[in-house]
Amino acid sequence: MKTLTILKYQWKDLIRAKWLIGYAIVYYLMADALIRFGGAGPKSLLSISNVMLLFVPLISMVYGALHLYQSREFTELLLAQPIKRTSLFWGLYGGIVGPLSLAYLLGVGLPLLINGQITGPNTIDAFLILSLGFILTILFTALGFAIGLKFFEDRLKGLGFALVSWLFLAILYDGLVLLFVVMLGDYPIEKPMLALALSNPIDLARIIVLLKFDISALMGYTGSIFNRFFGSSMGIFAASGFLFLWLSIPLWRGVRLFIKKDF
Amino acid sequence: MIRTEKLNKSFGALHVLKDVDLDILPGTTTGVVGPNGSGKTTLIKCLLGLVRPDSGTIYIDGTAVSTDHEYRKNIGYMPQIGRYPENMKVRELIRLIEDIRGNQENRSEELIKYFGIAANLDARLRNLSGGTRQKVSAILTLMYQPEILIFDEPTAGLDPQSSIKFKSLVKTEKAAGKTILLTTHITSEIEELADNIIFIVEGKIRFHGPMTELMDSQKTERLENAVAQLMEEEAA
Repeated sequence: MKTLTILKYQWKDLIRAKWLIGYAIVYYLMADALIRFGGAGPKSLLSISNVMLLFVPLISMVYGALHLYQSREFTELLLAQPIKRTSLFWGLYGGIVGPLSLAYLLGVGLPLLINGQITGPNTIDAFLILSLGFILTILFTALGFAIGLKFFEDRLKGLGFALVSWLFLAILYDGLVLLFVVMLGDYPIEKPMLALALSNPIDLARIIVLLKFDISALMGYTGSIFNRFFGSSMGIFAASGFLFLWLSIPLWRGVRLFIKKDF
Repeated sequence: MIRTEKLNKSFGALHVLKDVDLDILPGTTTGVVGPNGSGKTTLIKCLLGLVRPDSGTIYIDGTAVSTDHEYRKNIGYMPQIGRYPENMKVRELIRLIEDIRGNQENRSEELIKYFGIAANLDARLRNLSGGTRQKVSAILTLMYQPEILIFDEPTAGLDPQSSIKFKSLVKTEKAAGKTILLTTHITSEIEELADNIIFIVEGKIRFHGPMTELMDSQKTERLENAVAQLMEEEAA
């Protein structure tokens, strides 16, 4: 109950924040431009998903950590009230996840709706893009929270770690996987490759998109292995399951850190 | 009553509180003084449950405080810096605390009038001056008339007129029999408000007793001199 109370007031606060409105507008302009110039259909949805896979993790993780740092005194005020630490954690976390998700869903969802992508033949694909963005928002905000709590006394280190983590997961990881494939190409590396794909939530989300859109040319090595190992439908199901599993790790870690934290 | 037994807290290699034993009697006003980094804030935060002690026990009104959060119903805490969500309105912040504490009767309206911030109720917190935010903090601390009041540098940022008003309110609470714990670097403020002194250096309590006793022992009539002499003794 107290979690909902904190959620309510945090939402009131963040919905008025200019940066959040700006975040939604950027998505709106980007999605609208991609649909207008790329034409309605799977091509523009794929372009939107590429931008989403890059920016949603970055903004969610950095702002997750930043929000925690900016709310330090507010957190202290609330902790001095008769409230459980776990209730406060969920209130603070939900307080940022809600507005961030809403900004994404509105920013991307409105142009899709206006341009007939949600009601047309691409309904399922459009909802997949929206759902994946939502899941990545809650996952990477949780990761940002966990990083922020780990480096609570040194915000520069915390924000730096969040940025490096994003850089690694969103950009460097694929390069490392490719290097791994090139170096060990003569060996049976399908199963290690599958494990590598499961270890990166952005990769998992990308694989889901590629399997759904059935673009074998863009699937890459991990995507092809996933396709071969699980098949298209089962692959989407397995990747989604692992994505949810991924979500529980930073949340569990965040709660543990928050309970033990000295404020 | 507030009681601590063998309270210890370290941050990494830094041992901030060392076997702190404390008895603060109900209805007393106690000033906590000591050099910067002596452990005053950590002690207060331990009492509030913001900092988890490594060892030792804290009793509030005879009940050992560990993971139970309900004891904080009887505590009002005013932090040194009132930094709240930027886009939240003053009215919303007060309602948030009301919603967390439950719908029991409170005197927020009376305090809003007392501090003269009725015109700021719909202002966003980021648009308020530091002094006005301190007044908001004072309202949040005092609105439920808790039995224990903890103030951390409460008059920092307040203009002289508001500072006088605030101290007058503290005196009223004191007269009503509240247990008050106060940290400040302004010794005249402690002289004006407190009965007892806790002098803490490097995490150890060096003096805890009536203010008059401290001044007598240091052969001075001013608390500032007594505290300075104690600090010099500690340094030597």
